[in-house]
Amino acid sequence: MDDTRTLRFFNRGPSPVARLVFFCVLSLLLLFVDARYRYLESTRNVIAVMIYPFQRLTAMPGEIVGQIGVYFETQSTLLEDNAKLRQRHETDSAQLSQLQVLQAENAHLRTLFELKQRIDYPVQLAEIVYVERDIFKRKLFVDKGSNTSVIEGQVVMDENGVVGQVTRVYPWLSEVTLVTDKDHAVPIQILRTGLRAVVFGSGDIAEMSLRYMPISSDIVVDDILVTSGIDGTYPPNLPVAKVLRIERDPAYPFARIICAPLAGVDRHRALLIVSGLPSLPERPAMQEKTGDAPAQVKKRGNRGQP
Amino acid sequence: MNPEYTKDQEFLLPANFGFIVFSLFVAVMLNWLPWHGWALVLRPDFVALVLLYWCTHKPHRVGIGIAWLVGIFADVADASLFGQHALAYTVLAFGGIVLHRRVRMFDLRQQSVHVLPLLLSSYAAYAIVHWQVRGYIAWEFFLGAVTSALLWAPMTLLLQAMRRPRRDPNEL
Repeated sequence: MDDTRTLRFFNRGPSPVARLVFFCVLSLLLLFVDARYRYLESTRNVIAVMIYPFQRLTAMPGEIVGQIGVYFETQSTLLEDNAKLRQRHETDSAQLSQLQVLQAENAHLRTLFELKQRIDYPVQLAEIVYVERDIFKRKLFVDKGSNTSVIEGQVVMDENGVVGQVTRVYPWLSEVTLVTDKDHAVPIQILRTGLRAVVFGSGDIAEMSLRYMPISSDIVVDDILVTSGIDGTYPPNLPVAKVLRIERDPAYPFARIICAPLAGVDRHRALLIVSGLPSLPERPAMQEKTGDAPAQVKKRGNRGQP
Repeated sequence: MNPEYTKDQEFLLPANFGFIVFSLFVAVMLNWLPWHGWALVLRPDFVALVLLYWCTHKPHRVGIGIAWLVGIFADVADASLFGQHALAYTVLAFGGIVLHRRVRMFDLRQQSVHVLPLLLSSYAAYAIVHWQVRGYIAWEFFLGAVTSALLWAPMTLLLQAMRRPRRDPNEL
């Protein structure tokens, strides 16, 4: 093209500096609009649909390797797994029957106290298409999107606990921000004592931190943290994390508490998307309801504790 | 100058647009592979490398505009902010175009040394945007620029080999 137009000496459009300035300003403008106002979600959706087949294509080698691995799994491992699962099933069903009794009792007590009934949440299974491709972020993509009525803000979990939260929905994909994402906040309470707190992601895949807890607070190692359900973002009583270690340094007003996520945040292929959040009454104050709302908002909740 | 490496002076097939698009497409695919953990930290940015190759070797065909467009696609695929990769690749393409004569004077080893600061500036643009928006920088991110620079020589050889005509039709 340019090489053949020999007569147009030196006429090659704007200079590189002009182009650099133009495209830099354009990028910065886009960045500002996207970071500040989120006007560009529809454009993003269009491009996401365009590149979706290619993204699936790149995820395929991993899937094929996984399938080959499954194919060559020997009978003995299958038998072993089967026996283990059966045993687990029996113990679980025993516990489940106890749970049913407890649930009935709890429901009865709750009606006595005129508290709201807790409901079961419908879940749908989603498979991880690919994991984070940017070391700054703890995000992954699952293969259910707005075609199966996934909505933003839904909770994603595996069988052990909360994995993260749906933060963006595309037609066939949704983006899940993991609980270990830097500064991702989850309102929790400590299972043993019922103490309410907020646990924050640290950006590290294996660690979360429990901030703003006074040194004297009643927390011990191995305490289980479950979602409190306050603020209506997370359903209540889903396990989130376990306390790994506690550093109580009297020089600081707060204890340093490190937790490990209970869910295999980086281990599974299949995850559950929990739908049907509890519908809370309107919040009286003018406070925006987002996934990582500031901590003091969550601490103000005053719903009855179990 | 080492005559062995001055491949650019020998006759190469004109890079047709299809080949440029194909090479960028392959690079994007390589970037989108499910990298994980340390592999992700050390992953060379194939798109940046291929863009830089074309910006230095065909600066009038591939320029800042194409780099920006590729960046927008990368932004959507990575779920990063709109314009983050675009800004990084714009900076990279500008560096490549301004320095294209200089870079091509050297042999591949010296070229890698020249390419590293360009890649670092591109990575820095990305990291600075992230720092401004989210407020922290993951320093190990910059290791990717180093591995990318190490990959410059093999990738240049590969692309040059694909652009060279076969002298003998029976040659493999």
